[in-house]
Amino acid sequence: MTAVDAGMLTTADGRPLKDALARAEGRAKRRAFLLVAPLLIFILVTFVWPILQVLEQSVYNPKFSDNMPGMVSWFASHPVGTEPDEAAYATLVGDLKAAAEAKTVAVVGERVNYALPGTRSLFTAVGRKAKTLEPPFKESLIAVDPKWGDPDLWGVMRQVAKPYTGDFFLAAVDLERDKNGSIVRVNENERVYVNLFLRTFAMSAFITAICLVLAYPVAHLLAVLPLRQSNLLMILVLLPFWTSLLVRTTSWMVLLQEQGVINNILVALGIISDDGRLQMINNRMGTTIAMTHILLPFMILPLYSVMRPIPPSYVRAARSLGATSWTAFRRVYFPQTVPGIGAGTLLVFILSVGYYITPALVGGSSGTLISNLIAFHVNKSNNWSMAAALATILLVAILILYWLYDKLVGIDKLKLG
Amino acid sequence: MKKLLILTTALTGFGFAASAEDITVVSWGGAYTKSQVEAYHKPFTAKTGINVTSVDSDNPGPQVKTQEEAGNVTIDVADVEYSDAVRLCDEGMLETIGMDALPPGADGTPAKDDFLPGSVTDCAVATIVFSTNYGYDTTKFPNGGPTTIADFFDTKKFPGKRGLGKRPKANLEMALMADGVPAADVYKTLGTPEGVDRAFKKLDSIKKDIVWWEAGAQAPQLLADGEVSMTTAYNGRLFSAAIADGKPFKQVWDGQVYEYDLFVVPKGAPHKDAAIEFVKFATSTQALADQAKWIAYGPARKSSAALVGKFNDGKTDMGPYMPTNPENMKNALGSSYEFWVDHDAELNDRFNAWLAAN
Amino acid sequence: MTAAKTAAADAGFVEFDRVQKSYDGVSLVVKDLNLKIGKGEFLTMLGPSGSGKTTCLMMLAGFETATHGEIKLAGRNINQVPPHKRGIGMVFQNYALFPHMTVGENLAFPLEVRGIAKSDREAKVIRALDMVQMGRFAGRRPAQLSGGQQQRIALARALVFDPELVLMDEPLGALDKQLREHMQFEIKGLHDRLGITVVYVTHDQGEALTMSDRVAVFNDGVIQQLDAPAELYERPKNSFVAQFIGENNKLPGMIEALEGQKALVRLATGELIDATAVNVREKGQQTLVSIRPERVEFKPEMMPAGAHTIGAEVRDVIYMGDILRARLAVAGSDGFVMKMRNTLGQTRLAAGQKIQIGWHPQDARALDPM
Repeated sequence: MTAVDAGMLTTADGRPLKDALARAEGRAKRRAFLLVAPLLIFILVTFVWPILQVLEQSVYNPKFSDNMPGMVSWFASHPVGTEPDEAAYATLVGDLKAAAEAKTVAVVGERVNYALPGTRSLFTAVGRKAKTLEPPFKESLIAVDPKWGDPDLWGVMRQVAKPYTGDFFLAAVDLERDKNGSIVRVNENERVYVNLFLRTFAMSAFITAICLVLAYPVAHLLAVLPLRQSNLLMILVLLPFWTSLLVRTTSWMVLLQEQGVINNILVALGIISDDGRLQMINNRMGTTIAMTHILLPFMILPLYSVMRPIPPSYVRAARSLGATSWTAFRRVYFPQTVPGIGAGTLLVFILSVGYYITPALVGGSSGTLISNLIAFHVNKSNNWSMAAALATILLVAILILYWLYDKLVGIDKLKLG
Repeated sequence: MKKLLILTTALTGFGFAASAEDITVVSWGGAYTKSQVEAYHKPFTAKTGINVTSVDSDNPGPQVKTQEEAGNVTIDVADVEYSDAVRLCDEGMLETIGMDALPPGADGTPAKDDFLPGSVTDCAVATIVFSTNYGYDTTKFPNGGPTTIADFFDTKKFPGKRGLGKRPKANLEMALMADGVPAADVYKTLGTPEGVDRAFKKLDSIKKDIVWWEAGAQAPQLLADGEVSMTTAYNGRLFSAAIADGKPFKQVWDGQVYEYDLFVVPKGAPHKDAAIEFVKFATSTQALADQAKWIAYGPARKSSAALVGKFNDGKTDMGPYMPTNPENMKNALGSSYEFWVDHDAELNDRFNAWLAAN
Repeated sequence: MTAAKTAAADAGFVEFDRVQKSYDGVSLVVKDLNLKIGKGEFLTMLGPSGSGKTTCLMMLAGFETATHGEIKLAGRNINQVPPHKRGIGMVFQNYALFPHMTVGENLAFPLEVRGIAKSDREAKVIRALDMVQMGRFAGRRPAQLSGGQQQRIALARALVFDPELVLMDEPLGALDKQLREHMQFEIKGLHDRLGITVVYVTHDQGEALTMSDRVAVFNDGVIQQLDAPAELYERPKNSFVAQFIGENNKLPGMIEALEGQKALVRLATGELIDATAVNVREKGQQTLVSIRPERVEFKPEMMPAGAHTIGAEVRDVIYMGDILRARLAVAGSDGFVMKMRNTLGQTRLAAGQKIQIGWHPQDARALDPM
């Protein structure tokens, strides 16, 4: 070996060793990259990209700004508090005429309606009459509907003229801007999201805890039984995986409903009276039972995967060293299963936080979760920005959880199998 | 943004796309879709050779909007409520059909005189008048069942669980009528904050006894399973359960909320021309009259009314089961699309908040 | 050495009294085991897998229950005593060091569960680590140690609470040959120094011979022979032991003449050889004669006078350093092995060479036919 200087190693013919290494291994690395490239592209297209879209949509809503360019520039050039003059109304009518032509006036109305309910028809009505409007526009618009003179409406239009807005996030935590632009809580009878977020996290935590309590002994049994029996048990554990989620959920409906199997059996056995049938579905109990059942394998499998390789000799060693069976479990067995507990808990919690079909079917009104409202905004109300804001909060909450887990336990300790 | 969404929704839209010869019709499922298949789809396929693929939905209107916003339209024809038809049309998401394109009635009456008032808009053609009313299980009330909308909200007099659609529409109107608001004043009342509070207060009085349904077919199912003692439902569903399936259900028409159901063709529908042909065919005098053989919804053409006779069992007279039957119209409310187009978002928020509150 | 220790065995510090063990209620894994182990003795249970040796160890440790019979420790029946109250140190095959604890914590564990004060614990841990020359490693995790180091820690952990009896279940099985031999001496050294009683399970006969005061050879749930290593090697009591321990040549034949311990055996091919009768009783009985390869001689001057010899042909000779190993064709079979010390002036045989071989009659043992 010839050293050019003390700090740098070189190959026999004098090239820096690092370069030579990079060159020698570069080909293999490129080939390896090509092999994973399809997956990488797939993930980018189907996972990362949609999530970025969702993030953008939660703060970006150009429905007003795209279709009302005149108003956007008018708001830009006139500060807050400017009394809208005839020129402003002329600009508004011009925009409305163009929007009516392009059939987008209802889209604008919808955007304004999110911020100020009851204004959608203001726009659609004017849209139909836009061609007939004559100067002076202020008078003729107010003649169509006096609400056009309402300073609140103008204040809201100024707000929604900005395509980027935090309003959806405010709404997602039951806040709104009042007339002066300061942030206040929405009316008490319209507060829903904070309550649902809290319920979602509380129920998820509860379901996760039940799953852990139920799964731990099962996973242990799976890990210590002879292969033949454990395989059979494993099939029973996995059976739910091979059944459609809908089938499983509807089976629970059959079992739990008021005239369902369980109630019928209890009545037949005389444990409860016919009038005293238990309400086990369309409430939190229904959601908890069905989700626990569905998510149980996600707890069992990571636990099993950490328990299986733990040789029985550890506990035996502890016992031979003088530990009672409880001490041996607590000091020797349990600590070694912590990575599986972490993985299973995290997995079940994250899955249940985002669960949607099961609470929708068996949750009634008290057992619905935040994801049901996200679905509502996607499918029914078509307020995607709202859905995106709610989904983003959920995502951030989970990331925080993940970060917390990393701080407390360490992500490298996570063991999924 | 839209382009990006196309990409992702396209990936999920595969299963939906029918072959080039087929058109896809989205409707409300169950007995209602069956009536459409029998009265529209099968004769249409027989006549034109175009297959019709039927897709069920809890509510096709928002689904059309979702597809339009994503720029990935797979629906050719959708069966929507009036407020959705108006809104989608306003937003430029529907193809224009128009009165002029529609054929005259079988008796020669021009379309504009044949269709019931307001049942044809620029973009939508009504097929039926349907109603949200309520029905009960007669076996649960051997000493006489409920007769008024107020009885539905009276769990003391008529104990048992209540089924209600998981949406504010029709529920709020019924709540107000049950609370004594005359049908004519319902929307005026509901337009004020106090009126909304009043409606929710009425709903609150039975909240703990409510079992919510989402798809139209769920309502008669809840009743049949004994999960509820009475439920609101689309009247045709109750009819089918009672007459076709022989369930001991009785309908109460007091406080019913009726409206049109309309066919629309989404803008950019993959088979636009065939879709419009289908709409014309399905809203012809004979097709509408035929549908009434299968389900108790009133046809939107006057010329069809004369042809409506008996249910397909050959003995049940359809007249008494139609929402528009004078007997049933004594205390009835026509659903206001103007109201719902404007207050949809706000009342949905309020409704969700009310649902989620403990 | 052996005489003193076998005498101690009678004291019966550990005693198996007519112990039987069945897992399935159909077959016995351990059949009527009677064994007394003396205080301070190093006893090895040797046998092929499935012979019942590990089951015996596990019953002694308390992880398996005896189906029948009594197990006594220091005269006390311990059948119903749970493992943690037996006070027996144990070293496992794969060490079973707790991976989530440091070496120091592993060693402190048995002291902690016994409620020993912290300061005493530390002193004992350091002492135990020093005993196995691992004093510097208290802060490491087991995964950071080599196999040999882990083995020492496991040993230290089994000894740290001063048990009188230590059980070892194939503790060296996972080590490479050189390390294994080294550890054999260390374990043996510790045993001698501390005066503890050790019950050691292995399937490696070399290990058993090197370390033990006595070896119990297990097969099929029964102790085939219980003896000091030299006895076992030189005077196996049956074909199984003869074959299981060390290398052996086997010559099948029939008893031609029997006079006290002296037997004359006629091989199937007709030759006559001398042997010592071990478990043959009468003339005409089938037998298997077993001869250690290093006891076979081909130089006439090394054979006793009047001994029978038998013709052999050298097939090949393998040079193995300290010895030379010749494969011979004897009595119609190619598998006969003869070992010669590689001494100065040793006669070098060549393949194809024809020789006469023989042995002292006490080295050829006429055993039961297998």
